[in-house]
Amino acid sequence: MTTATLTRSAAGFDRPQSSVGVFGPLSDIWAMTRRNLVHISREPMQLSDVTLQPLLFTVLFVYIFGGAIPIPGGGSYVNFLLAGILALNLVTSTMGTAVGLSTDLHEGMIDRFRTLPMWRSAVLVGRSMADLLTSLLCALIVAVTGLVIGWRPGANYISIVGGFALVLFFAYSVSWVSACVGMNSKSPESAASFGFIVLFPMTFVSNAMVPTQHMPGWLQAIANWNPVSAVVAGSRVLWGNPNPSGTIHAWPMQHPVEAALIWSVGILALAAPLAAHYFKRRTTE
Amino acid sequence: MRPELMIEAEGLTKRYGKTVALAGVDFSVPAGTILGLLGPNGAGKTTAVRILTTLALPDGGRGTVAGIDVVSHPGEVRRHIGVAAQDATLDHLLTGRQNLVMIGELSDMGRAASRERAAQLLAQFELTDAADRVVKGYSGGMRRRLDLAGSLMTRPPVLFLDEPTTGLDPTSRQRVWEAIRELIGEGVTVLLTTQYLEEADALANRIVVVDHGRVIAEGTPLELKEASRSAHLEVTLAQPHPDAVGAIAPLVSGRVSVGDDGRRLSAAVDASTGLATAVVRALDASGVLVDNIEVRQPSLDDVFFSLTGGHIEEEGGGIDPGDANAARSAVDGDSGHKLEGVRS
Repeated sequence: MTTATLTRSAAGFDRPQSSVGVFGPLSDIWAMTRRNLVHISREPMQLSDVTLQPLLFTVLFVYIFGGAIPIPGGGSYVNFLLAGILALNLVTSTMGTAVGLSTDLHEGMIDRFRTLPMWRSAVLVGRSMADLLTSLLCALIVAVTGLVIGWRPGANYISIVGGFALVLFFAYSVSWVSACVGMNSKSPESAASFGFIVLFPMTFVSNAMVPTQHMPGWLQAIANWNPVSAVVAGSRVLWGNPNPSGTIHAWPMQHPVEAALIWSVGILALAAPLAAHYFKRRTTE
Repeated sequence: MRPELMIEAEGLTKRYGKTVALAGVDFSVPAGTILGLLGPNGAGKTTAVRILTTLALPDGGRGTVAGIDVVSHPGEVRRHIGVAAQDATLDHLLTGRQNLVMIGELSDMGRAASRERAAQLLAQFELTDAADRVVKGYSGGMRRRLDLAGSLMTRPPVLFLDEPTTGLDPTSRQRVWEAIRELIGEGVTVLLTTQYLEEADALANRIVVVDHGRVIAEGTPLELKEASRSAHLEVTLAQPHPDAVGAIAPLVSGRVSVGDDGRRLSAAVDASTGLATAVVRALDASGVLVDNIEVRQPSLDDVFFSLTGGHIEEEGGGIDPGDANAARSAVDGDSGHKLEGVRS
């Protein structure tokens, strides 16, 4: 039995030859990435999350808290804040992954994808690629806004890029946690609540916006072991900006870059396979 | 395997929790023909389509498309099918054109070929003017046509259309029908599900009637229509009368059967206006006294019954009395016998 012969002789049809060959999965990911980028550009809320919000947050925090928050060990608040505000923006915007995937699963679009001869996980990977690209845009806006209002990194270019990469990598790994949430939530709205219940507290209970030295003792302990603190301290170190957490004896604060990488790799190694598992479970009946 | 069959379902079973969606369904679609899968809401039509389009796994039985097993080789099956699902599966934030191009690219058609094919289909479905607008603003009819266009992007030899006109206004329905008729001319094999006798009649070569997850009848549209045209006459006499059968025999289309007490006469009739009056006059002229007369309009189970030749019960379960009563009141006059209300 040869099905190809059967198909053609029976119906007189010939499928168009594939023009991508072994790059099939890559072209599927690229198609899905572009689709999600179009989505973000057409959803005012998601678009403002990565354009207007970083600009506003950066300016507001610097001018409102700047005068009131002394930095232990000295240094300007804007130089202290920028790594923190970058982490705040990138980490909270990963809730877009949860909302986007939840929307896909609830609108029946996923059924269309599942009847196409595509690499199925491209739905997930394409989503996270789109989020990574929008994170880059968001990082660029934070950096430019920061430079305009007085942020000055004190390190070489490679180290500065490394500082950005550290936060981007962490946010990317968190976006896979967000993907898991999106696939287990009852609706896109409940997926969005993940951002407010988990992501916002996580970035605030850290050294991102204020030095942890002024927090109550128990909260300090949480903040010092919060992965966000390691990421923020790590990029402060790489940017050559003031890092008051450097005097804290908790291991992640003494080795922030290493700790940030361990957290990011660990979260990614757990969340990505879990997301793939949930995706398979949600799309099997 | 008989090579001329492009879609085959053999004893498909599927349950969702405690609900039996399919209780063993068999049908097949020869190459280049359209099979109408007709049944009420919840009959199992969509489940059958989901299994054959690799979206759901059957609990038992076997399904093949273009000779390929849907369970063991789903990826290969997907290269041969186009699917227009019941809820149009479109990306509402993309334009019509972007939707089609994306489907083409995800089907490995390549960008240039996808664009060309998309433009062609948009023109064919009269969507060129709306092609670069976001789908969110499309009307129901436009969405259905775009969904249909999406299912045709790869020129698939086998097409699944799950209730393609449910919820459409008559004009939109006509346009979708025209599009489907054009496909017949191109030699595509189609499995069409519908709740409308009229739609199956207009498009399908053969019709399989499903209910409660079983095939309860099968036939050509003509057979189905003839079955649904006949009504049922029931006359109750004041007392048994030897001339009664002879008086109404010319007015009925089949044999007149007489109940045990000799008072109840029943027969199949062609539903026409004034029939009851004619029956009363004929009986009156023969001096027969009538207590009651009833012309029952064709019901779903009449159709099922006549199509299965009266062997419903033997084929397993059949229609339970409660549902049959509901069906009786559900079939409306001439405007597309919609099989609604059998299941709630």
